[in-house]
Amino acid sequence: MANKRIDEPTGTPTVGHEWDGIEELDTPLPRWWLWTFYLTIIFAIGYVIAFPAWPMLDRATSGLLGWSSRGQLAEQVDLAQVAQQGMRDTLARTPIERLPDDSALMAQAVAGGRAAFAVNCSQCHGSGAAGSQRLGYPNLNDDDWLWGGDLKAIEYTIFNGIRQPGHPDTRSSVMPAFEGAFEPQQLEALVSHVLSLSGKGRSTNLGAQTFADNCAACHGNQGQGNREVGAPRLNDAIWLRGGTPEDIRRQVLQPRMGAMPAWGDRLDPVTIKMLAAYVHSLGGGEDFVEVAKDPEVEVDEQP
Amino acid sequence: MSNPEEPHPHDGRARSAVIERGVAKTNRPVSSAVAAPGAATKRHEPGEPDRAHLREKLYEPRKQVHNKRIDGPFRRFKWFVMLVTLGIYYVTPWLRWDRGPYAPDQAVLVDVAHRRFYMFSIEIWPHEFYFVAGLLIMAGVGLFLVTSAVGRAWCGYACPQTVWTDLFQHIDRFIDGDRNARARLDAAPWRWSKVLRRAFKWTIYAAIGFVTGGAWILYFADAPTLFREFFAGEAAPVAYITVAILTLTTVTLGGFMREQVCIYMCPWPRIQSAMLDEKSLMVTYKDWRGEPRGSVKKARRDPEHFGDCIDCMQCVQVCPTGIDIREGPQIGCITCALCIDACDKVMAEVGRPRGLIDYATLEDCEREAKGETPRSPWRTLFRPRTIVYFLVWGGIGVALLFALGTRSRTELTVSPDRNPPYMLMSDGSVRNAFTLNLRNMQSRPRQMEIAVEGLRDATMWSSTVGRADAAPTQVVTVPADQTRSVRAYIAVPPGTPAQDFTFRITAQDEEGESDSVKTRLSAPEDAP
Ligand code: SF4
Ligand code: SF4
Repeated sequence: MANKRIDEPTGTPTVGHEWDGIEELDTPLPRWWLWTFYLTIIFAIGYVIAFPAWPMLDRATSGLLGWSSRGQLAEQVDLAQVAQQGMRDTLARTPIERLPDDSALMAQAVAGGRAAFAVNCSQCHGSGAAGSQRLGYPNLNDDDWLWGGDLKAIEYTIFNGIRQPGHPDTRSSVMPAFEGAFEPQQLEALVSHVLSLSGKGRSTNLGAQTFADNCAACHGNQGQGNREVGAPRLNDAIWLRGGTPEDIRRQVLQPRMGAMPAWGDRLDPVTIKMLAAYVHSLGGGEDFVEVAKDPEVEVDEQP
Repeated sequence: MSNPEEPHPHDGRARSAVIERGVAKTNRPVSSAVAAPGAATKRHEPGEPDRAHLREKLYEPRKQVHNKRIDGPFRRFKWFVMLVTLGIYYVTPWLRWDRGPYAPDQAVLVDVAHRRFYMFSIEIWPHEFYFVAGLLIMAGVGLFLVTSAVGRAWCGYACPQTVWTDLFQHIDRFIDGDRNARARLDAAPWRWSKVLRRAFKWTIYAAIGFVTGGAWILYFADAPTLFREFFAGEAAPVAYITVAILTLTTVTLGGFMREQVCIYMCPWPRIQSAMLDEKSLMVTYKDWRGEPRGSVKKARRDPEHFGDCIDCMQCVQVCPTGIDIREGPQIGCITCALCIDACDKVMAEVGRPRGLIDYATLEDCEREAKGETPRSPWRTLFRPRTIVYFLVWGGIGVALLFALGTRSRTELTVSPDRNPPYMLMSDGSVRNAFTLNLRNMQSRPRQMEIAVEGLRDATMWSSTVGRADAAPTQVVTVPADQTRSVRAYIAVPPGTPAQDFTFRITAQDEEGESDSVKTRLSAPEDAP
């Protein structure tokens, strides 16, 4: 090792290393190679001066060009917003009941709604919009709607919220508490009757009578519910707060009623339109039935 | 090891330490594999070590190669390869191939925007990228195969750097004249005549570079359209940037850097040299026949003493990388065989047998040096190593062809909603949601029927067919050459347990291609 000498045939010095009888020649570099190497060093110095590079105690040096990844992101967000402006304008102009006519616009609205849902709604309704029976957040995937499941009804609900005190247009309904109103026997009969509406329990005369006297006014004679007042339908398989006798008993005696913010105060109308489109697209959305026949409704545009 | 101040105890011939591979057994020293040709040209006599070289020099100024014109069988083969490869490169984008109204009619097209690759009747989708990967593997194994059979044929004939360098060297010769005239002009002071000549030559360089870069972008868009747009100033900025970069690199690498690319920048020579063995063909100077060299005159005076090489330097002068093949195999040699053409011509003139420099295997060199007859070149081609490479290479090729022939142009993927996994509907039925991706890889729109198999009393509706029209099957139209996403809802009667079932799509045309995916229905756990 390190025994430098000159290689005879080439006249080039060796670096003094030898492996298996093969020696390494100390061939000089080509000039352009060397200059390229120096250029990379100069480039690196320039780069370090121009861009954020050296870590300091609390932050890195900021670089002469003032570039930052945060700034770059902000630029890109601005660009994206400009790019979306056309779609948002069209959406603002289109009444929500016309939305299904334009499948491309609908698809864009659904996509935008999905993003807005994840930010604003998933905290209560869950990321898959399946709600929570235990906490009483409705499932938005099924075909049971307290206040109506067409695009317009959904939009209204989101815009005005549920049971918002002091909000004139909010959806509002009250289930009276029947604590102390029934004899135990009467209560059990009522619970059985309610279960029987969806084909689960056995109805008795006492139960039917109690239901007719106390509940039918809102929930309907057959328990078909009433969307005008937001009274849940009782003759289907879906229970907002559980379908066991226990759940039903509790809900009769000490009803719990949910609330939802009026998003019209917080989100712009276009975002709410997109949210409605998304919720409608989840699988339980209903077609407009009466709306098509009623020309007055079309006048009712969002600002 | 000896002290560099002292003369080396052995003379140059006996020293074989730095000699690469089997050549060591012949009686001539060769330069080491790591020696660059620049360093190798400086000869030095044993006994007088060149002290200047010991003072470490930081860089080696480049020695401009002015290679001489030569004609011969290998040169003509090189012309042929150059015409074929450049022809393929420049003409291919202009070939048309009718694919019907829904697909582009360019025979070879890399459609980056739509993520499709067209090659005559073959169309590759991104998820079929394994075809491209397979081709790349074949290219790799193919290089092993070619290298082990015929040596560095890639370097010598087919490499783009070789082809374009060759082209630029012809331009040099055409404008500046052959070797001597060119060297004179290089050394001459910058007068008007030289400035004009150089300006003219570099303009041609730039034109070649431009045509090279220009042809490249035509592979990525409809060639006639892009051609028109490009000159009308309407093409995308990326087109101009690509052409500019490729023009610049072609001129720099082919026009000015040339052999420097082969020797210092390219990794292939290292890999290829490492793949050569004593049975691979390479360009070899037969030193046992040529040495000691001497002019015709000297040889006539003392025929006993001198070998066949008359030291005319023709082989060095024609070499495009400027090396002296008589120093043994070296990395700077691209095995283009122009030196064989040159030396054969010289041998013919002085009336000696051809092949002083020739394609030969190291094994044959040894045999020949001992006076035995060399073996048939077929033995180089057909030996276990090349056969194994060929089998691997061919096996991948056959597998790819098979995959190409049997691949379906219809594909289905299914992703079930898992959040929530199932949904109870108001009538008590259980609903699951699935996202189906229907792929139609034909270049025409197709009707496809979606059916649910193995699920009793299931009904299906989707984003297009409402729940009121739910049915066990649905027909959707998938646009030409596209993937269509369908959100399908499957509802089963109350009480249906969780179970596996199958989605099948069937194209509603004569071919009736179909694809199916097995998936699972989720249901409440308390289902009976
Ligand atoms: S030595 Fe011969 S084969 Fe090698 S690059 Fe030079 S001319 Fe070509
Ligand atoms: S061309 Fe042939 S004869 Fe002339 S120097 Fe080269 S090897 Fe010797």
